[in-house]
Amino acid sequence: MGFQFAPIQFPGRLFVVEGVDGSGKSTQIALLRQWLVNEGYTVFFSEWNSSPLVKETTSRGKKKHLLTPTTFSLIHATDFADRTEKWIIPPLKAGAIVLADRYVFTAFARDAARGVNSEWVHNLYNFAVQPTVAFYFRTPLDVSLSRILGGRAELKYYEAGMDLGLSADPKESFKLFQKRIMEEYESMIEPFHLTVMDSLAPIQDQQRLMRELVEPHLSGLYRNAPTRFISGRSGSPRGRSKERSL
Amino acid sequence: MTKMQFYGHNSMDFEAPEDLLPGRLFVLEGTDGVGRSTQISLLRPWLESSGFAVVDTGLRRSPLVGKGIDEAKRGHTLGPLTMDLFYATDFSDRLENIIIPALRAGFIVLTDRYIYSLIARATVRGANRDWIEGVYSLALIPDAIFYLKVDIQTLVRRIVPRGFDYWESGMDLRLGDDLYDSFVEYQKQLLKQFEQMKDTFHYQTIDASRSIPQVFAELQKRIEPLLPLE
Repeated sequence: MGFQFAPIQFPGRLFVVEGVDGSGKSTQIALLRQWLVNEGYTVFFSEWNSSPLVKETTSRGKKKHLLTPTTFSLIHATDFADRTEKWIIPPLKAGAIVLADRYVFTAFARDAARGVNSEWVHNLYNFAVQPTVAFYFRTPLDVSLSRILGGRAELKYYEAGMDLGLSADPKESFKLFQKRIMEEYESMIEPFHLTVMDSLAPIQDQQRLMRELVEPHLSGLYRNAPTRFISGRSGSPRGRSKERSL
Repeated sequence: MTKMQFYGHNSMDFEAPEDLLPGRLFVLEGTDGVGRSTQISLLRPWLESSGFAVVDTGLRRSPLVGKGIDEAKRGHTLGPLTMDLFYATDFSDRLENIIIPALRAGFIVLTDRYIYSLIARATVRGANRDWIEGVYSLALIPDAIFYLKVDIQTLVRRIVPRGFDYWESGMDLRLGDDLYDSFVEYQKQLLKQFEQMKDTFHYQTIDASRSIPQVFAELQKRIEPLLPLE
């Protein structure tokens, strides 16, 4: 494998969600965020491909089909670097919780699916901070395909992997490309200790499990008084137990 | 011929790495203000008048990224890692879409800086040397690399008329109280990096403290034997 995260430790915690489009990971991390905020934690949310400095370049490249597998890889690494320097490391240093919707694994999977040398890509990203827990939302290929193809009128060029020339038909290309990406994710589970989530399970069950898995990592973090709701169930996996209230 | 040889990985999956490209790749390197662009503006007409088709390229001229870097540098919010990778994207875009196609078509490619300046800058800004060299391992090995070298005093004299620039002075590193102090310290550190890389990358050092025609004559002398035969 040969990948090393940056050899640095921060007082904060980093939880990331990974998986193909349509796996429900964004829904789950939004619910996790809501729970953590209500529980009184300081939370920062960071999304893939969101750096304002890099955004225009990426969209220009995508719109005009200027990107090769190498520059596709590099522009996303640039975006990730900006987010790491500005929005991931500082909150972690401050002892906050950072939630990331997609992380380096997205890059590893996509770049490998585009045929970029993995060793080179792993070196490229070795400034990344190691996540506390990385959740991988596993979705069977046909489910993810029907979720995306069913809900969207048109597939975007790079999203469908059209740059690879796998097929002239965007849908067909998308299927082949998604299959490759999934295979890459599967191969990363073991070496990267990804926590596999069943994205076919009911949303509430997935969320309950996620909270259970996150909770043990929260001890020692700064916490405000939790927000109490008058009605409705508590978001805590075991219910709000007496010994945990402040 | 330019041998299709990369420093590390042929990450771009070009055809057989032993392919020979009919063109030539010449690199002019050196710190800010050593006269690289002046020399390129002399070399180009010289080569063209001898019948060679020439493409010249330089940092931030990528159609994909050039504008984005300029915009990012305008506000001073560009972190060192982000800058390194932005430049690496610019470099790769030009390598894949300009330099290699031109070499394939038999052009002489003159490039104002290559990966060496970028490695030097990144290192001075705290990047790990193995990391940045790994990023640039996808670069094609040039036919010749000319490192235009001047001492710091000469450099300062040349920069004064055009004014000190924020980034050329490494102001983001806060190496000195003002542009001048910072420029001197920053350029000194870059010069040191260039010296250290000399043996790794085998560049030819050209004394650029001499007059423009003298430097040009030396470059001509060194380039001529490397040109394709008619």
